[in-house]
Amino acid sequence: MIRLEPRKEMSKNLLYLTPVIAVALTIIFGGVMFLILGKNPVRAITIIFVTPLTDLFTISEIIVKATPLILIGIGLSFGFRAGVWNIGAEGQFTIGALVGGALPALYPVEGFWILPVMCLAGIIGGMAWAAIPAFLRTKFNANEILVTLMLTYVAVLLLSVLVHGPLKDPAGLNFPESRLFNESATLPILIPGTRAHVGFLIAILALIVAWMLLTRHIFGYQVKVMGQSPKAASFGGFIQNKVVWLCLMISGGLAGLAGTFEAAGPVGQLVPALPVGYGFTAIIVAFLGRLTPIGILFAGFVMALTYIGGEAAQIEMNLPSAVTGVFQGMFLFSLLGIDVLAGFRICLAGRRPAGATG
Amino acid sequence: MDLLVLVLQGVIIAATPLVFAAIGELVVEKSGVLNLGVEGMMIMGAIAGFSVTLETGSYILGIASAALVGALSASLFGLLTQILLSNQVATGLALTIFGLGLAALWGQGYSGESTQALGKVHIFLFSDIPIIGPLFFSYDPLIYLSVALVIGVSWFLNKTRLGLILRSIGENHDSAHAIGYSVVAVRMAAILFGGACAGLGGAYLSIIQTPLWVEGMTAGRGWIALAIVVFAAWRPGRALVGAYLFGGVTVIQLHVQGLGFEIEAQYMSMLPYLVTIIVLVVISHNKTRAALHAPACLGKPFFASS
Repeated sequence: MIRLEPRKEMSKNLLYLTPVIAVALTIIFGGVMFLILGKNPVRAITIIFVTPLTDLFTISEIIVKATPLILIGIGLSFGFRAGVWNIGAEGQFTIGALVGGALPALYPVEGFWILPVMCLAGIIGGMAWAAIPAFLRTKFNANEILVTLMLTYVAVLLLSVLVHGPLKDPAGLNFPESRLFNESATLPILIPGTRAHVGFLIAILALIVAWMLLTRHIFGYQVKVMGQSPKAASFGGFIQNKVVWLCLMISGGLAGLAGTFEAAGPVGQLVPALPVGYGFTAIIVAFLGRLTPIGILFAGFVMALTYIGGEAAQIEMNLPSAVTGVFQGMFLFSLLGIDVLAGFRICLAGRRPAGATG
Repeated sequence: MDLLVLVLQGVIIAATPLVFAAIGELVVEKSGVLNLGVEGMMIMGAIAGFSVTLETGSYILGIASAALVGALSASLFGLLTQILLSNQVATGLALTIFGLGLAALWGQGYSGESTQALGKVHIFLFSDIPIIGPLFFSYDPLIYLSVALVIGVSWFLNKTRLGLILRSIGENHDSAHAIGYSVVAVRMAAILFGGACAGLGGAYLSIIQTPLWVEGMTAGRGWIALAIVVFAAWRPGRALVGAYLFGGVTVIQLHVQGLGFEIEAQYMSMLPYLVTIIVLVVISHNKTRAALHAPACLGKPFFASS
C-alpha cells in the first residue's frame, strides 16, 4: 500500500517543478490520445509544441494569444488566492470589448485620445459586469461561481443582440458585425508585419504591478490570509467584503481591458464570435502559473502555444480544433493531480518516513 | 386547454435533463463533495449516448453508455479530489473544460446526423384519458425514470442506513471517519452516481429532446443544475420542482415569440440565466438559513490522519 504523509510545509522546489511535470505528463497523455486517433504522435506533438517556436510569425501569433491570457490570468489569481472564484472572466471580457469598442463602432472619429478612452471604457465595463457578483455575494451571500458563470452567457447574448442591431455596420450588407475600427481606434503594432500589439506591454506591466501588490502591499497579505484561513481573516479585523470587492474589480477590470484589446487589436471590429474562451483558458493559466506573476507569464505562453500549435495541427494533420480544449483540460488535470507531491510525501505503508513523529 | 397541455408537456421535456443532472449532483453534494464538472459530464453523456444510439440503433445501449461515460468522467474527478486530494473547485472546472473539448473531438463526424426520436410509452387506457392522459401518461420512458430516480434518492437519503451514513459524511467527515465509515469509498460512490446521472441528462438532450448532435449543446445546463441544487436546499423533491420551474422558463422563452411579442431572440435566451441568478439571491440571502441547509463539509478536502 502507498500512503500519503503530509509535509510540514509545502515543498518549495516541487512547487515550481510540478508545472513542468504537468506539461510533460500532458505531452505523454496527448501522445496516447493521438495514437488512439490513429495519428503519428511524435509528429503531432512536434507540430503543436515545437514547430510554432521556430518561426518569427508564429511566435508573434503566440504573443497575440498570450496577451489576453496573461491579463485575465493575473487578475483572476488574486481572487483564487483569496477563495473568490470569478470563473466568468469570459463575460467580463465580452462586456469590456462591447463597452470599449462601442465608440469606434458607432462613431468613426479620429484622435490620439480615442484609444485611452476605449481602454478606460473597457476596464469600467469589465468592472461593472464583475460588480454584479461582488454586490450579490457581499450583500446577499449569493455564490459568485454561479453568478459569474450565468452572467457570461448573458454577456455573450448581449454582444450578439447589439451587433445584430444598434452596433451593426450601416454599410455592411446586413452582416451582424460592426464597422471596422479606424486607425485611431486600432492598437499600435509591436513587431512590424505581425499582429502582436502594444497590449502585450500592458500585460507585462500588469504582471509587475500585481507582483508589487502581492509582495509589498497590505492587500496582498489580506488576500493570502483570507485564502488560507477565512476565520482568521475575520478575527484579524480584515474586512472580507472589501477583499471580495477588490478581487472582483481587479479581475473584472483586467478581463474588460483584455476584451477591448482583442476588439481593437487582432479582430479590429465587434463580431458575435469575439469571445473565444480566453476567459476560461485564463483560469488554467492562473493555476498552471501557481497564481504567481512570473508563473502566469510562462503559463500564458504555454497555453497560447497550444492554440497556435492546435491550429497548425488542424491544417497539417486534419485534426479537429477541439484538440486544443482537450489539451488544456489535460494540463489542468495533470497539474492538479501531481500537486499532491508538493503538499504530501508519498511513502510505502509500514515504513515510517524519516523525521515523522507519533 | 390543448395548448396548455402542450406547453406543460414541453416544460417537462425541457426540464428532464436538468432533473437528472441536479438529482445526481444533489447526492454528491450531500456527501460533502462539490463537483463543478456537471456540464462536462453532461456533454460527455450526450455525445456517448448519441453516437452509440446512432451506430447500434439501440436506445438502451445508447442510454447505458451515456451513464457509463458520465460515471467514467466522474471517476477522473473522484480520483483527483478523493485520492490525490486536489482542489475540488479547480478540478471540477478542469472536468468541464476537458469534457467539452473531448466531446467536441468525439462528435466531429456526427455533426448534422440525427437519430429517430424515441417512442412514447402507451399505457393501456390511462394514456387515453383526456388531459390527464397526455399530461401524465404520454412520455418516453426516461421521463418516468427521472421521476423515479428523484423518489428513489429521497427514500435512500432519508430512510436507509446507507443514506444516513452518506449524509453524516457530508456533515462531518472527521467524526464519520472516527466511527469507522470509509469516507473516501462513500464519496467515490456518490461521485460515480452523480456522473452517471449527468450522463443520462446529457443523453436525454441528444437522443430525445433534440435528437441530433451539436457541439456544446448542453449550453450551460450543467451549471443551471448546480444552481437548482442550491435552490432546492439539498432536498430531492424541491430539486424536481426547481428543474420544472427552469424548464418552464425555457419553454416560455419559445412561446413568447410565438405569441407575436416584438422582442429579440437573444433577450429571451437570457431568461434562464437571469432567473438562475435571481433565484440564487433569494435562496442565499438569509445566511443562517442557507448555512443550515448546506452540508457542513461541502467542498472541504478530507485527509485521514490516522
